[in-house]
Amino acid sequence: MSNLDIKVRVDASGLSCPMPILKAAQAMKSIQTGELVEIVATDPGSVKDFDAWAKSTGNALVEQDANAGKFRFVLRHK
Amino acid sequence: MDETISIVLFSGTDDKLNAAAVLAAGAAALGRPVKIFLQYWALDAFRADRIEADHGLAPEAGEAGRVAVEAAKKAGQAHWAATLRMAKELGEVDIQACSASLEILKIKKEDLDPLVDGVEGVAAFYINAGEGQIIFI
Repeated sequence: MSNLDIKVRVDASGLSCPMPILKAAQAMKSIQTGELVEIVATDPGSVKDFDAWAKSTGNALVEQDANAGKFRFVLRHK
Repeated sequence: MDETISIVLFSGTDDKLNAAAVLAAGAAALGRPVKIFLQYWALDAFRADRIEADHGLAPEAGEAGRVAVEAAKKAGQAHWAATLRMAKELGEVDIQACSASLEILKIKKEDLDPLVDGVEGVAAFYINAGEGQIIFI
């Protein structure tokens, strides 16, 4: 675990595509430029999805890891 | 990337509507404007009094498909209408009823769920689609 200052945490475990991305986009709307959101998902598509979503929206994917079937992403609001 | 994605919904079974809602919501999350045009059985499924009802599955689902879809529902998979509502909150998603289908099915705009923003004809649909991609489900 890192010592990042996470503003909003979203647990999207058990939710299928596209819910993890929708929940992340929703959380992004609630924070300001530079602030961080952390999403945990179990959807195996989420790894490629978050990469594509970050690239397309311009929000930075600053951390990413996988552990026991759980994928964790930290995104910085652009 | 801000090209409009236009989705024509024709089929009214829950599996196809769910697949369409996933495509629409994904595009909205990416910041792409989404236009949805409701025809025939899809339009019928958007009646306010039965949007949450069981609309069945496409014939290719079969019995095994039905069991799989039921299991996904029990596991908490969002209803397609809920996915579309969320997509509308997140991005620019405009849902229009095909005026000819309304007439054929004897449906009034007031009978439709508030998810539906308006009524238009095919010319308006094409103009709004512009040069963007059109998906038919």
